[in-house]
Amino acid sequence: MSSADIDAIVQAVLAELRRDGRLPSDGGGSASAPAPAAEGEVVIDLPDPADDALRRRIGVTDPVDAEGLANLCSTTTARIGVGRAGPRPRTSALLLFQGDHGVAQDAIYGTVDEEVKAQFDLFTVETQTADQDEYLLRPDLGRRLTDEAKATIAERCKPNPQVQIVVGAGLSAAAVNHQLPDILPVIQQGLATAGVSVGTPFYIERARVGVMNDVGEATGAETVLLLIGERPGLGVADALSAYMGYQPRPGKTDADRDLICMITYAGGTNPLEAGAYVVEKLQEMLREKASGVALGREDG
Amino acid sequence: MLLRTKLYGTTYEFGSIKELLAKANEEKSGDRGAGIAADSVAERVAARGVLAEVTLGTLRENPAVPYEDDEVTRVIDDAVNEWIFAEIKGWKVGDFREWLLADTTTPAMITRVSGALTGEMVAAVTKLMSNMDLMLAARKIEVSAHCNNTIGLHGRLASRNQPNHPTDSVEGIRAAIYEGLSYGSGDSVIGINPSDDTVGSVARLLEMTYEIIERWEIPTQNCLLAHVTTQMEAMRKGAPVGLVFQSIAGSQKANEAFGVDVAMLDEAYDLAKRYCFTAGPNYMYFETGQGTALSADAHHGADQLVMEARNYGLAKRYDPYQVNTVVGFIGPEYLYDAVQITRAGLEDHFMGKLTGISMGCDACYTNHAVAAQNDIENLAVLLSAAGCNYFMGVPMGDDAMLSYQCTSYHDAPSLRQLLGLRPLPEFEAWMEGLGLMADGVLTERAGDASFFLQR
Repeated sequence: MSSADIDAIVQAVLAELRRDGRLPSDGGGSASAPAPAAEGEVVIDLPDPADDALRRRIGVTDPVDAEGLANLCSTTTARIGVGRAGPRPRTSALLLFQGDHGVAQDAIYGTVDEEVKAQFDLFTVETQTADQDEYLLRPDLGRRLTDEAKATIAERCKPNPQVQIVVGAGLSAAAVNHQLPDILPVIQQGLATAGVSVGTPFYIERARVGVMNDVGEATGAETVLLLIGERPGLGVADALSAYMGYQPRPGKTDADRDLICMITYAGGTNPLEAGAYVVEKLQEMLREKASGVALGREDG
Repeated sequence: MLLRTKLYGTTYEFGSIKELLAKANEEKSGDRGAGIAADSVAERVAARGVLAEVTLGTLRENPAVPYEDDEVTRVIDDAVNEWIFAEIKGWKVGDFREWLLADTTTPAMITRVSGALTGEMVAAVTKLMSNMDLMLAARKIEVSAHCNNTIGLHGRLASRNQPNHPTDSVEGIRAAIYEGLSYGSGDSVIGINPSDDTVGSVARLLEMTYEIIERWEIPTQNCLLAHVTTQMEAMRKGAPVGLVFQSIAGSQKANEAFGVDVAMLDEAYDLAKRYCFTAGPNYMYFETGQGTALSADAHHGADQLVMEARNYGLAKRYDPYQVNTVVGFIGPEYLYDAVQITRAGLEDHFMGKLTGISMGCDACYTNHAVAAQNDIENLAVLLSAAGCNYFMGVPMGDDAMLSYQCTSYHDAPSLRQLLGLRPLPEFEAWMEGLGLMADGVLTERAGDASFFLQR
């Protein structure tokens, strides 16, 4: 078979596929032929694609309503308006995603700055996990304080407060480093103004949310507030969660807790607003003597 | 009870059916963390050898949690068709596997036997199956359901349009919905995970999604994945609900951690039938995932596959429109890496279908798992080949609210194109009518959210 024959067959097959709709005709999802690169010395010197201007670049070719599309894209941090190559994303959108994922993965193993702890006089206790690997693999141990931790708490904490505040890095030390300096003063000030007694705050290394039960038991607190780093998302590696529970004691579950998540300046609830909401919620728990499902879902 | 075998000269003995099931399970970090996994690969295979000889009747007699102590066990056991059970109770698990795979076993035969299965039986046979076994057997079983459109038919692949926003912005969510619709995502459901689980906020998003469905005459349904009690309250107040959602788990105690019980789900199902604006008869949507019972310390010493299988038995009580495992969401402490996530996705899909429910998959992972987007694309292809009913559609696979990654708006049309699949029939006709799809392929107008600014 000659090469001309093969070429003719290929062209016939392509034409048939197009007719069947299995290959796109020219237009959406198809790219025009790549422009040839200029000859000469290779010089590639790129701006940062993660910067806002480039990150928000719209990749749809020939939209119905370009201005409308830009408006739609401005309403959300979700990756819309990225365009397509056939049914797949365009190259720049694909690479930005991979870059964001890479940075998030690199950030999992951070540590909380000692200055942040010092700023709020947080002493540190540990859960029963030995290291970060065990913390990731054994959530049960991350929910339990060591005996040494309980002894330290008994020695250093004001017993039986109305609100006990504790802090943990969880899966994002950056969340504590970035949000705690803003949210904690709002909460402390708000509770003081409301005349609520607040216990001695402390930091828990390698904590899971369920550690609130041990904290409640060790301090005798009426309510416990846990500020803990969330697992990083793409491009948002510093979101904090606030978990609150009325009389958390061993056996209490997520259904007994209330939660505010995504506390971050990067597209979530800003820590100042979140702090005000936490104060309001804790007061409601103290008033109603309940939390979680028992408190009802009408409020907020 | 004596459960013993030799393998390469070493004797392995197992103390109970529950222990045997756990040790026969494919490697999962959750089972290892719970201290119930096989100590060695050889012990795992030895356990499978013994399990292959256990009868389905024995499995029914040994549920993970006793009948008297657990309402999930009771729901499943009470639903067993006794006539069919009498026919199969003497089957050994190893023979059951071969029966499922045999070319002489028709889909109708499997569907009939589903009526007599408990979670323990479904999990047991799954442990004896390789990944391709799971795909081939699942592919045979067609479970379709109808709400405003028809899901689960062979040759169809649906996509849940999941337009989440970190602060529930109505405009932001609407924009993402438009984007998804323009790629052909939304035939399974337009389903939002709200950040704010209050009736007011949930009702506002229900109204907005309903308005889009009405204005564009989309053959689909909406859903707000808030706590079921919030949705019930919203329905009572007149909010337009298409599907009613809840996360469920495989034991009574684990469901308590979600703040639900069977009575509450019964009430939700009853309300759905009375208040949903959709045609039905299938109104419910559930999410599950291996490890949820263990994470609530409510696994009763059973492995995560057994607890997951029990979910599907519970879900079946409500004749759901769709159920999906959220397979990598829970994190590496339960499914450590891409190998375990992939395996679990194939297992869960098969188990759901074998139980007789319309099964999809949120193929996903978190940033602290040893997995990346390529692994999820792989899993989606495998599951599509296995006949999975639907996946999630999320902008570029990156959920702006839940901080995890799953399949994207681009993935549904890609999988359809790759494997010759089509959207749900009513939805495909709708897309063709708008000129967004022709002969199963996106047209040049697709992939442009501003298309939906025209009405």
